Amino acid sequence: MKKIISIFLCILSLCLLFSGCGGKKGSDTGKVYYLNFKPEQDKAWKDLAAAYTEETGVEVKIVTAAEGKYEETLLAEIDKSSAPTLFQISGQISLESWKDYCLDLKDSAVYKELTSDDFAIKEGDSVYGIAYVYEGYGLIVNKKLLEKAGYKIEDINSFQKLREVAESITARKAELGFSAFTSAGLASSSSWRFSGHLANMPLFYEFEADKITSQPATIKGTYLDNYKALWDLYINNSTIDPKTLTSEQNDAAVEFKNGKAVFYQNGTWEYGNIASIGDENIGYLPIYTGIRDEKQGLCCGTENYWAVNKTASEADIKATLDFLNWVVTSEKGTTALAESMGFVSPFRSAKPVDNILCNIMNDYVAEGRYNVSWAFNFTPNVDSWRSNLVSALAAYSAGTGDWEAVRRAFVDGWAEQYKLSKQ
Amino acid sequence: MSKTKKYNSSAIRSGGQLKSIKRYGLLFLLPTAVAFFIGFVWPFLRGIYLSFFRFRTLRFTEYTGLSNYKTALGDQTFFRSLLFTTAFTVVSVLVINLAAFFIAFALTRGIRGSNGFRTIFFMPNLIGGIVLGYIWKIILDALIMEYLGSALALEANYGFWGLVILVSWQQIGYMMIIYIAGLQNIPGEYMEAAKIDGANSWQLLRHITIPSIMPSITICTFLSLTNGFKLFDQNLALTNGLPFRDTEMVALNIYKSFYESTTNMGVGQAKAVIFFLIVVVISLSQLYFTRRKEVQA
Amino acid sequence: MTRSRSGGLLSGFFFLLSALWVAPVIVVLYNSFKSNDAIKESLFSLPTGESFVGADNYIKGMTFGGYPFYDSVFYSLVITILSVALILLCTSMAAWYISRVDSFLCRMVYYLCIFSMVVPFQMVMFTLANTADRLSLNTPYTIPVIYLGFGAGLAVFLFSGFVKSIPLDIEEAATIDGCSPLQTFFLVVVPIMKSTFISVGILQIMWVWNDYLLPYLVLDKTVYKTIPIHIQYLQGSYGQVDYGATMALIILCLLPIVTIYFLCQKHIIKGVLSGAVKG
Repeated sequence: MKKIISIFLCILSLCLLFSGCGGKKGSDTGKVYYLNFKPEQDKAWKDLAAAYTEETGVEVKIVTAAEGKYEETLLAEIDKSSAPTLFQISGQISLESWKDYCLDLKDSAVYKELTSDDFAIKEGDSVYGIAYVYEGYGLIVNKKLLEKAGYKIEDINSFQKLREVAESITARKAELGFSAFTSAGLASSSSWRFSGHLANMPLFYEFEADKITSQPATIKGTYLDNYKALWDLYINNSTIDPKTLTSEQNDAAVEFKNGKAVFYQNGTWEYGNIASIGDENIGYLPIYTGIRDEKQGLCCGTENYWAVNKTASEADIKATLDFLNWVVTSEKGTTALAESMGFVSPFRSAKPVDNILCNIMNDYVAEGRYNVSWAFNFTPNVDSWRSNLVSALAAYSAGTGDWEAVRRAFVDGWAEQYKLSKQ
Repeated sequence: MSKTKKYNSSAIRSGGQLKSIKRYGLLFLLPTAVAFFIGFVWPFLRGIYLSFFRFRTLRFTEYTGLSNYKTALGDQTFFRSLLFTTAFTVVSVLVINLAAFFIAFALTRGIRGSNGFRTIFFMPNLIGGIVLGYIWKIILDALIMEYLGSALALEANYGFWGLVILVSWQQIGYMMIIYIAGLQNIPGEYMEAAKIDGANSWQLLRHITIPSIMPSITICTFLSLTNGFKLFDQNLALTNGLPFRDTEMVALNIYKSFYESTTNMGVGQAKAVIFFLIVVVISLSQLYFTRRKEVQA
Repeated sequence: MTRSRSGGLLSGFFFLLSALWVAPVIVVLYNSFKSNDAIKESLFSLPTGESFVGADNYIKGMTFGGYPFYDSVFYSLVITILSVALILLCTSMAAWYISRVDSFLCRMVYYLCIFSMVVPFQMVMFTLANTADRLSLNTPYTIPVIYLGFGAGLAVFLFSGFVKSIPLDIEEAATIDGCSPLQTFFLVVVPIMKSTFISVGILQIMWVWNDYLLPYLVLDKTVYKTIPIHIQYLQGSYGQVDYGATMALIILCLLPIVTIYFLCQKHIIKGVLSGAVKG
């Protein structure tokens, strides 16, 4: 009996020991731990962090999640004893799942630096997310190649015209030595361009037509035919065989840079990777869909909002807020944002960006073209919805599946994931 | 002598030794016991406890009773992964054991170069699941592209057979070793006696060889069975569940309910408990079969 | 006559089969010397003057993915050596104690150990990762405690199976000669158990060295990667996959395994066998 009691006591004390360790670790000098979303900017952030540490002595740790793994990484990291103090949410939907962790930033210095409230995620008076970059995507064009094929960028002002040009290039592919579109790779490093950004086109027009302004439980897929037409255009006029889309070896940026294709669907953030073809050769077109083409602009918006971890220690929170303020106001910080990261950021002291894609983006706005906003921010369980859509697109492209499966992944998948996300 | 074979405390005849061992008890047992508690007992109990809670992170949990289990059992992807795992396990157990037995049988008949063959067949067993998965992913993708004009990530069939090929490559050598050991333990007199009685080689195999290596067959069957059921690394590296979630096995499904698009990790924990129960049932039936076979033998 | 001919046929068949068996590794080996374009073009063609890039892939692989490969090799080694040493030392002592002292606690630990061998890792992975983080067991130098805990089951089981076959008389004689239990264990019992140590050691080395999910979840990935984590990371993320570099790393990681295998094949096969037959 004595033994049993002593065993129980042992177990009990161990249990206590464990639960006791769960508490916060206090530390006097705060630390910053930023879980970064954008792999392209990983190095720039690390350099900036090192500069800040050198200047202030405050430790800043930068960790970048792999493509498509942000949510997974954040979930694993946030429960750790040294959790990220600074992370990112992608919009209203993502705020709902992370609200327990988002500090109200309404009194923070960095919020006061924002040029407009449009760039904050607010609920009532509270501010939970602050956009740090404003981006736009569309079709990046190699104008030199386009001219070689006998066209001018100004000629392309509708989906019809785009198709005409693409098909004419494909017909003369051997003679010209390049294709119309870069590979529409469906491996995880590139698939978001189509399951996210291209899929935004039908979503945007549907939400606009149905006047939807918050996350819908179901969607209809009204404009899926336009999506299909674009997708067909991409894969049938591309550098690679549609059967090889899932291969991890496709690299659209390299193809574009090496002059293997005229059109490359991507965004302002890609500038650094393709700048070598020369600014004078870079053009930028809206992704025409055949719906209201004449006044269409690029797809501008943001899915990148800073959020500060409310559960971090007070010192860490303070250190994080100081760091953010330094990033958006100091000379080094604003230079890094604008130059090494190439961000158009919505802060008062933001520097102009040396990025031709951003300049063209602003020109479209000045011209009074309408913005195709980022409707995909409403996607429920976004990673799962997208990965099913990618599977369906891959099967359709390889000829092993049909478009109906894509429609199902798109429309039925939305309803399914919405239900799961409310579970 | 018979007394010393039963190792209860009465077996220790000199009370002095027992006492002195006991005095050192903490030193001998404590490190393992503490680590075991940290690494197994506590996480295990806490896992069961947490399966009754709704949570995304451990800071915010909410008791919801059995609702996680209901969600888990109603989850189509979980159900499909169970079916896929079962189908995969049945096929791979058959393939691995038949091939391993055949190879072992042939190698024990004094073929020239037996030792070399044995060495080669066993080798893949030393390679870890992730590396193994990528080796085969690269090779199968190229083969499928060349001869079928498709890719691993496009059809569930390819993923299924790809996984079977992969685990066969990995485990046939291992099982072969066990069968060889079993075959070498068959007393030569049995064979000689049967031959004198005029048995042909099929009869020898059927009536002498197979009954004598029954223990090896049981071990190999259940090893490949549990390996198949718990497969994770190879699944992750080779197909990662693609296309859709059609080639996802249970372990990967549970992993994804924890870390991908998660609104409630409790569901993942509940799935893990269900998975654990299934594995326990399989293992108990192993015990049952082994015991029965040993009684018969 | 017929017998030797069929034997020859079988030999030929097995020769082909073995060639097929090593083919995957050979393909990866020669592709690790080809340029990425050539790999993409045709995986199965041998490197030619044009597609041969020498050690380029190996050099690139060393720093590929923003993480030095030798760091992962180093951490893999540290984790494997420390964990296996700790497991061998602690579980052999525990197993001896359990087998010699018949108390309620001992029996409970023994049955729990057997039980733990059945439990799938998914059952404890989430809570284990959390516990390890809270107790700072998330570095290569402290993770052996987790391996000791999670790997104790099989090791204790195998050791106690062997201890039970050692006649008590020897230990009693040692005690009478004035040895303390510690001396008895290390001077008398351990030498007898040498072969079991080798078997258990090999089983544990194979497990720890190749393990992916446990270190992936437990280690502080932002600082430490092991070889399997490194390879998975290169495949799963950061833009387009560099096949040449990946294959070079795969070869680097197979090299020591294959070398050790050919050097101590006998021990490895024996160790595996003892684990299988008893487990």
